[in-house]
Amino acid sequence: MKRTPRFGVLLGIALAIALSFLVLPVVAIFLNTGPGQLIASLGEPTATDALRLSLETSMIAVAMIVLVGTPAAFLLATRTFPGKAVVETLLELPLVLPPAVAGIGLLAALGPEGILGGVLRDAHIALVVQTAGVVVALTFVAAPFHLRQAQSAFGAVETSLLDASRTLGVGEAGTFLKVAVPVALPGLMAGLALAWGRALGEFGATLIFAGSYQGITQTAPLAIYGQFSSNLPGALALAAVLVAVSAALLLSVKILSGSAVLGNAAR
Amino acid sequence: MNERRLLGSMLAACVIGLSACGGSGGSGSASGDSRGGSLIVAAAASLQSAFSRYGGQLANAGQGPVRFSFAGSDQLAAQIELGVKPDLFASANLKLPNQLYAKGLVEKPVVFASNRLVLAVPAGASKINSIAELAKPGLTLAIGSQTVPIGSYTRTVLSRLPPSLEKAVIANVRDEEPEVTGIVGKLTEGAVDAGFIYATDVQAAGGKIKAIRLPDALQPEVAYGVAIVRGTSCQTQAQAFVQGLLHGPGQRDLLQAGLLPPPAR
Repeated sequence: MKRTPRFGVLLGIALAIALSFLVLPVVAIFLNTGPGQLIASLGEPTATDALRLSLETSMIAVAMIVLVGTPAAFLLATRTFPGKAVVETLLELPLVLPPAVAGIGLLAALGPEGILGGVLRDAHIALVVQTAGVVVALTFVAAPFHLRQAQSAFGAVETSLLDASRTLGVGEAGTFLKVAVPVALPGLMAGLALAWGRALGEFGATLIFAGSYQGITQTAPLAIYGQFSSNLPGALALAAVLVAVSAALLLSVKILSGSAVLGNAAR
Repeated sequence: MNERRLLGSMLAACVIGLSACGGSGGSGSASGDSRGGSLIVAAAASLQSAFSRYGGQLANAGQGPVRFSFAGSDQLAAQIELGVKPDLFASANLKLPNQLYAKGLVEKPVVFASNRLVLAVPAGASKINSIAELAKPGLTLAIGSQTVPIGSYTRTVLSRLPPSLEKAVIANVRDEEPEVTGIVGKLTEGAVDAGFIYATDVQAAGGKIKAIRLPDALQPEVAYGVAIVRGTSCQTQAQAFVQGLLHGPGQRDLLQAGLLPPPAR
């Protein structure tokens, strides 16, 4: 079908609507935050503790996701087995779970009264109202983002490359590390960035599973919610910082990974 | 100020785009069941069971549907300041509606109920039987955040303890929840060893939580205030709702949920 100019205009309008709808709230946050407020809010312990905790916990969560998720995604991308579709669906389930449901599920599974509660207690592992619990909540909600992206990145690696590597006597592990990962790297990095962004923004599962306490479990989104009622300028300033940090992370990962997402069309 | 209003109207547009009490509601004709005149009540989380029952009764009695937004009173008050306009605001204290009244955002608040604070522990095998035992090192305690009424009442209770005990108890706080329902959830799941909640929450938790009565000397006055939001298009309905809370079926529902009559003046 030929593209008519009128249809092009329609597409343009759709994009303009989408863009302004998605960007307006972010712009409003910055409009409401003067540079003075931004600096002042960064000096408050609530804000600095929350940002530090958010960065630490999200980095640990993303490291675990990449370490376990990448090989798991490689298996899913390169093998077929009975029930694979079911496994994939189960892995993607956290994507569509409301965060509050994720939090309640984590409590029911890993809380003191949960199905693994006794096992964890015997192993002296405490998760609820602890920083470790925040990491668990972030990992749970963010992992599917990396798994999905990594699986499709590995799926796009030419099988002939992997076969050649195996023919040359490089083992399965070597093929994975020296061929598959480098070739799929841009996609893997995009998955990492998405998972990281989701982890930084996590709210509901963290509050329900780990609670909210300054310096221990109160991540930046929880601190923003906490300040909303009493200190709106502070909440907006912290929100602005979180937006900036998240955007910087996303952007830098994308640039590092050779603009897998931004520059797809250019390649 | 201008920018604040911008943010406020954006919030407002999201929340109340759905309803127009008394208005014809004609724009919703496409959605089949058009509920033109529904009353919107923003209410403290601790009022959930009492108000839900009351709202159901009003709807059954043909007095029009009521929609509730339950959250921490401080969050609801902040939304009203940003331009979100429910028809009524029912708070777990008087301070917040009074502040909104002073700013001309709501009409004069009326006290309609009171409540009591209790120390609460998970029902099964608890290590705690009194407030003094909260000082044991290693215990975990959930309280309300500073701004939500349950949190400020709890801080009043703690400030009435001997200073050394107060310090030891505060050292065991591991969770500051933005609303009382979060503390209840942590208790029913055994995620913390103890928490301060309202007596009514214990009843609503249906046997999963055990309450430990606070000595009278520690008990703060917990008064609930309700105010009609200025500019509501549901004035008559809102007034009827308040009247019912003070003298009618609403009062019965409040008492049934464990709330008490307004404190004696």
